[in-house]
Formats: sequence, structure tokens, C-alpha cells
Amino acid sequence: MTRKLLALSILLSAFLLGFSNPTFAAGSEEDKTSFIMHHVKDSHEWHFATFGHTHVTLPLPVIVYSGDRGLEVFMSSNFQNHETHEFGKEYAHEGYYIDEHDHLGRVDEASFVELSITKNVVMMFIVMFILAWIALSAAGHYKKNGAVAPKGAAALIEPIVIFVRDEIAKNSIGPKYKKFVPYLITLFLFIWFGNLLGLLPGAANLTGNIAVTCTLAVLTFIITNVNGNKDYWKHVFATPGVPIPMLLIIVPVEIIGLFTKPFALMVRLFVAITAGHIVILGFIALAFIFESYTIGVVSTLMVTFINIIELLVATIQAYVFTLFTAMYIGGAVAEHAHDDHH
Amino acid sequence: MDLITPGSGLIFWQLLGFLGLLFILIKFAWKPMLAALEERESSIENALKAAETARNEMANLKAENEKLLAEARLERDVILKKAQDASNKMIEDAKAEASKQGAQMIENAKAVIETEKKAALAEVKTQVAVLTLEVTEKLLRKNLSDEKAQKELVDEFIKDLKLN
Repeated sequence: MTRKLLALSILLSAFLLGFSNPTFAAGSEEDKTSFIMHHVKDSHEWHFATFGHTHVTLPLPVIVYSGDRGLEVFMSSNFQNHETHEFGKEYAHEGYYIDEHDHLGRVDEASFVELSITKNVVMMFIVMFILAWIALSAAGHYKKNGAVAPKGAAALIEPIVIFVRDEIAKNSIGPKYKKFVPYLITLFLFIWFGNLLGLLPGAANLTGNIAVTCTLAVLTFIITNVNGNKDYWKHVFATPGVPIPMLLIIVPVEIIGLFTKPFALMVRLFVAITAGHIVILGFIALAFIFESYTIGVVSTLMVTFINIIELLVATIQAYVFTLFTAMYIGGAVAEHAHDDHH
Repeated sequence: MDLITPGSGLIFWQLLGFLGLLFILIKFAWKPMLAALEERESSIENALKAAETARNEMANLKAENEKLLAEARLERDVILKKAQDASNKMIEDAKAEASKQGAQMIENAKAVIETEKKAALAEVKTQVAVLTLEVTEKLLRKNLSDEKAQKELVDEFIKDLKLN
């Protein structure tokens, strides 16, 4: 197994180098590493590969809403140079442009809201589709066979469902865990699938995008605080056992604490996944910078190694996000007699 | 598109998509799945409980059987002992009866013998008396003829008598 993997890596590295050297060899040092940030960030188009001067790209819809012009839909290819497929201010279309940093702008500088189906949105729908497909076929198994031993998709999903229910929800939330299990399972599976599919070559860095982690963290924040009981709010605004003058300091700290929790969730997932992608791409970039087959082979071996670690990270980060969500909810719904502690 | 500035479009679609996913999965996947899991877990638990109950019942039954067996054994022993005693008693009784009867028979025999003996003696006495009478008669007759001869005769008779 290991030997096969090694052989495969070397073959792949040789293949990649042979293909990509002409493309990158010509450019400057910055060109050789620019693809890293390009991959990590969201984009208005889905760029798969470049062979010489041919770009294999999926143009995506650009949707804009503005107060004066209403809802407008374009394609990202409208904003490109038809020869080089480069974005730029000079390729403006219907009053909008996408600059060289893939940033949408309006020529007359008026305000607008962007609702484009970007690369990450497409990736998100792919992840959701796969997840829904697996989950629904797993649920179909129970509908068809009743409460029997799992098979197929159910055998894949069931251990995860049980793990989230027993190890995460039951342990961290306590007796009122049942209500939150479906959210936690969806959260775990969405992040996990997003992390794993994001590792595929050519895939988008969905769970390493701050907008995605931000949305998930905000959902957790809303669920936590909507379900917060009397004890929870009392703890924030009138921390028991603290002298009244001290409350002047404690209450602001507690209120900031409410927001730092989801903020930490957001940043942790974003950083962990993005950093992993940057490391992998950095190793690949080494081969182009040094223009050496030896470095190429070594860096490909390293990439294989990091990829295996990333599989682990993908699972751990999904687990950690779900676990902390459960702990925050647990803290909000816990009924405790708290006269003696704190 | 910046690295650390969340894009409005992505937030919008992510929120919409995730809420949609949440709704669909909760309604059509997690609820039936969790219900099925719970049902299965409770059925397994019930089966385990039933097995436990059955095991306990089996143990109880076995204990009861053993108790019954022990009781039966005890009863058998008692019955056997009683039978033994009864037979012993019967044998003793029979023996006693037999010896009693034997004694009775011996007693009877003795009585018969005594009676016979008495009868025999009576007979003998009668005979002696008859003989005596006969002797006396003969003596008397001889006495009438010869004194000497009479004497001799008496002596002879007496001699005879002694010999007898």
C-alpha cells in the first residue's frame, strides 16, 4: 500500500512538473505563488486548469442588487478579456467591473449588494447536494426496513449520528440535548464534507472561507442565545457571588464573552482549513520556484503527507466546531444551583 | 475577493442554503433516523430486559425444581424408612406369633401327652387290678388245694411280677 502510494506520488509529481513548468517557468517569483492565494480565496469563476494559454474555466453568474437598478444578473465571462480571460477595470460591463483582485465594483461608485453565485457558493451547493443525497438515502433505509441494523448509506451515517448524539450532544448539553441533535448533526456533516471535498484538487476552499464559517458561527450564536435560560442571562448581567462594584467590570467582560465564543468558532475553522490549503499549495509552489525535479518529487511526497494530515484535520475541525457549539448551547440551557461556585 | 472580509453574496447563499439544508435534513432525514434509532435502542433494551427476566425465571425454576427434588428425596427416604419399619415390625410380629403358636402347640402336645399318659396309667392300673384279681383268684384256687403249692405259686407270681 505504502509502496504503491509512493510510486503514485512520484509519477504524479513528474507529470505535474512536466505539464506546469512551461506555464510557470516564464513568470516572475510572484506569479509562481499567486495561484496559492487565488485558490484559497473565493472567485467569480471556477478556474480548473491552464494548459499553455488555454484556460479551463467555468464562468459563474454575477448577481447584483442595487437600490436604483434592482436585481441584475450577468455572467462572470462578461467582465473578462476574451483573449486572456483576465478580469480588469477596463472590461466593465453594464456599469459593473471585476478588478484584477476578483473584486466586483460599480463604475459610478454607487452602493450595491452582491449576491453572486461564486465558486464557493457552487461548492456549497455541491456539498449540500451530496450530504442531502447520502442523508436522505440513509433515512430511506429506516423508512423501508424499520428499526433494523443499518446498511449502505445508513451504515455510513448512523455511527456519526450516534456519535454526535451521544458523545457531543448528550455529554455537553445535558438532559435537554434532544432538541439540538439535528442541528449538531447537520453542522458536523456539512463542515466535515466541506473540509473533505475541499481537499480534492480543483475544489473550492469552502470551509476555509470566512463568510461560511461566519454564517455557521452566527447560527450557533443565535441558537445559543435564543435558548439561553434565566440562569444564563443572570450569569451575564448579575454574575452571582460578585460584589456590585465588580459587576461594572464583569458585566462588560461577560457581554464581550458572548461574542468572542462564536468569533473563536469562526476564526478557528477558517484558519485551520485555509492554513492547510496554503501549506499544501506552498509545497507545490516550491517545485515551480526552484524549477527542480528533485524538489518536485520531495515536495509531492510532502504534499501527500500533509494531505493525510489534512484528512485528520478535516475531521477534528468538524468535531471541534460541533463540540464547542454543543458546549455553548449546554452552557445556555444548563439548570444549575450556583450558590457555591464561580 | 478578500481573504478575511466575508463576501455578502456568500453569506447570503450560505445562510439560505444552510437553513434549507437544515430544514430538509431535519424533516426528512434526522427525525426519522433518530426515531428509528431510539426505537431500535429501546427494542434492544427491552429484549435484553426480557432475556434477563427469562434468565431469572429459569434460575428460579431450577431452584424450585431442586427444592422439589430435595423434598421428594426426603419424602422417599421417610416412606422407605416407614416401609422398612413396617416390614421389620411385621417380621417381628410374625416371629412373635410363630413362637407363640409354637409354644401353644407344644403346650397342647404336652397336655395331650399328659392325658394319654394318664389314660395309659389308668389302663395300667386297671390291668394291674385285673391281673391282681386274676392272681388272687388263681391263688385262692390253689390255696384250696395245696398250701405248699400255694406258696410256691405266690412266689412264682411275685417273681414274674417283678420281672415284668
